[in-house]
Amino acid sequence: MTAAEIFAIDVAGVTKRFGDKTVVNAIDLQVRRGEIYGFLGPNGSGKTTFIRMLCGLLTPDGGTGTCLGYDLRTQQADIKKHVGYMTQKFSYYEDLSIRENLDFIARIYGVPDRADAVQRSLRRLGLENRSAQLAGQLSGGWKQRLALAACLIHSPQLLLLDEPTAGVDPKARREFWDEIHQLAADGLTVLITTHYMDAAERCHRLAYLAYGNLLTRGSLADVLAAAQLTTWTVTGPDLRQLARELRGHPGVEQVVAFGNTLHVSGRDATRLDAVIAAVRTPRHQWARIPSSLEDVFISLMETAEDNFK
Amino acid sequence: MSNRRFTFHRLWAIVLKEFIQMKRDRVTFAMMVGIPLMQLMLFGFAINADPKHLPAVVRSADQGPFARTFVSALQHSDYFRFVGEADTEAAAHDLLREGTVQFVINIPADFSRQLLRGERPVILLEADATDPAASGPALAAVRALADTVLNRDLTGPLARLRGRAGPVEFRVHAHYNPENITQYNIVPGLMGVVLTMTMVIITGLAITRERERGTMENLLATPVRPFEVMVGKILPYIVVGYIQVTLILLAAHFIFEVPMIGSLPLLYAVALLFIGANLAVGITFSTLAKNQLQAVQMAFFFFLPSVLLTGFMFPFRGMPEWAQWVGTCLPNTHFLRIVRGILLKGNGLAEIAPELWPLLLFVVVAMSVGVKRYRQTLD
Ligand SMILES: Nc1ncnc2c1ncn2[C@@H]1O[C@H](COP(=O)(O)OP(=O)(O)OP(=O)(O)O)[C@@H](O)[C@H]1O
Ligand SMILES: [Mg+2]
Repeated sequence: MTAAEIFAIDVAGVTKRFGDKTVVNAIDLQVRRGEIYGFLGPNGSGKTTFIRMLCGLLTPDGGTGTCLGYDLRTQQADIKKHVGYMTQKFSYYEDLSIRENLDFIARIYGVPDRADAVQRSLRRLGLENRSAQLAGQLSGGWKQRLALAACLIHSPQLLLLDEPTAGVDPKARREFWDEIHQLAADGLTVLITTHYMDAAERCHRLAYLAYGNLLTRGSLADVLAAAQLTTWTVTGPDLRQLARELRGHPGVEQVVAFGNTLHVSGRDATRLDAVIAAVRTPRHQWARIPSSLEDVFISLMETAEDNFK
Repeated sequence: MSNRRFTFHRLWAIVLKEFIQMKRDRVTFAMMVGIPLMQLMLFGFAINADPKHLPAVVRSADQGPFARTFVSALQHSDYFRFVGEADTEAAAHDLLREGTVQFVINIPADFSRQLLRGERPVILLEADATDPAASGPALAAVRALADTVLNRDLTGPLARLRGRAGPVEFRVHAHYNPENITQYNIVPGLMGVVLTMTMVIITGLAITRERERGTMENLLATPVRPFEVMVGKILPYIVVGYIQVTLILLAAHFIFEVPMIGSLPLLYAVALLFIGANLAVGITFSTLAKNQLQAVQMAFFFFLPSVLLTGFMFPFRGMPEWAQWVGTCLPNTHFLRIVRGILLKGNGLAEIAPELWPLLLFVVVAMSVGVKRYRQTLD
């Protein structure tokens, strides 16, 4: 098998600058066909910019690579034909009805059996009886669903989803993920950005971006293991006082309150244990827990702030 | 690689979408029909209103009976209101320049004598033609009056003086504006002006609107080609342009009674080229402008010379050379000549051909700039 048959996305050193600001800095990324790849990172870290370069909306300032086997720089027109891109901000026509929007996209892509495809798409969305409603009148969550349906209508091989579940209720989110997994099982490749940790945990693999730099990537287990982060929880009285005390110590990198517990994390386990031994009293219950993805990401972000800012 | 070429299904997708959006946007559509009607009423009626009581002064060097009859007839026709006196030519010209009077009617010293000798005395009419629409009918009235009044007095043996050419000769000296534009000129001319205004603005908004609403990101992510987007956005408005042409022609015929000598099918065919030219300009502005406001400003920038320098407002040959050059580059200049030529002079294809190719050239250039400037990425 050639690289293009294995990887839907295969890029190296992709860079984008706006003025003298480097927004995406030499990113290498390989996404296998049929994989669901999660793309995470704080606001302004360059996720949207990276995706736009993948689908030919922005020209990279540096780097090379292929998307579905087509060259990122010279074959943008071919890439566009086989990619479904769902923008972060709703970008279908608010003054067109749901059906008219789907019909428009289907015509643009020259979908065979157009009327049928539109009808199927409406049925799958559960929007059959609201198809005449203007897209602008839909609630935020329904707009997201319409957008997903629209970018699937031409049966793309690669889906680029930019925060598709922002503002979507938990039940709809679960249905959305079920659908994504179904599509991936059928061979579709999905690159998806999100800020939700539960979403990240449903991806086959993850990448974490901060200030345009790719900080970590791999499966959930890989990412957690690579972070080598130690986390303790503590419950008991006067947690605010305790948190203030802990934050001053070197070796303690994060102190985060979750309801009535504090999460205390650090990458250097021995130093963290030493600090905790020093402040530990019988008034509080201490326990070591496996670090969560969120703990890991916040830790990564804080390190990134020190390194790149 | 079929993707790199123009495809009809993508063009048609854009056309249908634009039609639906146009249908939903009632306000804009109403404006497209309302603007031509409003301009017709404003320009058309302001011109059509029969001007009365125009200030004038008579410099009569003859006190003979014929001169007096003539002057008194002028006073009784309500075209003129005689103000003041002007004993010298200089005084009369001052009045004219100040705008105190619009006409100076000069009757020569030996008017009556020449008339009786059958020498066709010359009455010099000096008109301030900066407002030609107002002076035109008045000038016509003077001629008619002279004929009827004097012919009435030329009875008995003098009847032989009536002649076919009329008893007196008129010389009209139009000051400040050598060509007299009449309503016949204005109403057909309005067609070009209305189309320029509405067509450029409406397509000027076409692409900037997609940018501002964020729908451009989606459109650019699809395989649609620049040429397909631009033509797809132009085609629906050609229909709108034809509605406007029809409205203006109907008004010209039924309200303003403008003669229509030439071939209407020819006019409709040529209008396509002109509508296309303006739509191409608009869509090109749309690719250049950063937002809708800028697009409207550009449209206005184009609209002003299209009104002022094309022979619509001022006679083309009366303009300084640089203005004529600018005018020659504007499609409205050529379209005005074509419309006036077809409607008023009955011109055919052969006569209007010299004005056709500049229009065609304009369309090609404007479209090329637009396609070239159409940004296929968000960079
Ligand atoms: N067209 C542009 N011109 C200049 N700067 C830009 C442009 N687009 C994005 N940026 C900058 O690039 C950086 C990355 O933006 P980007 O939208 O890619 O971030 P993101 O990771 O998608 O953020 P979010 O999670 O908020 O969506 C930001 O600092 C942004 O201000
Ligand atoms: Mg983003």
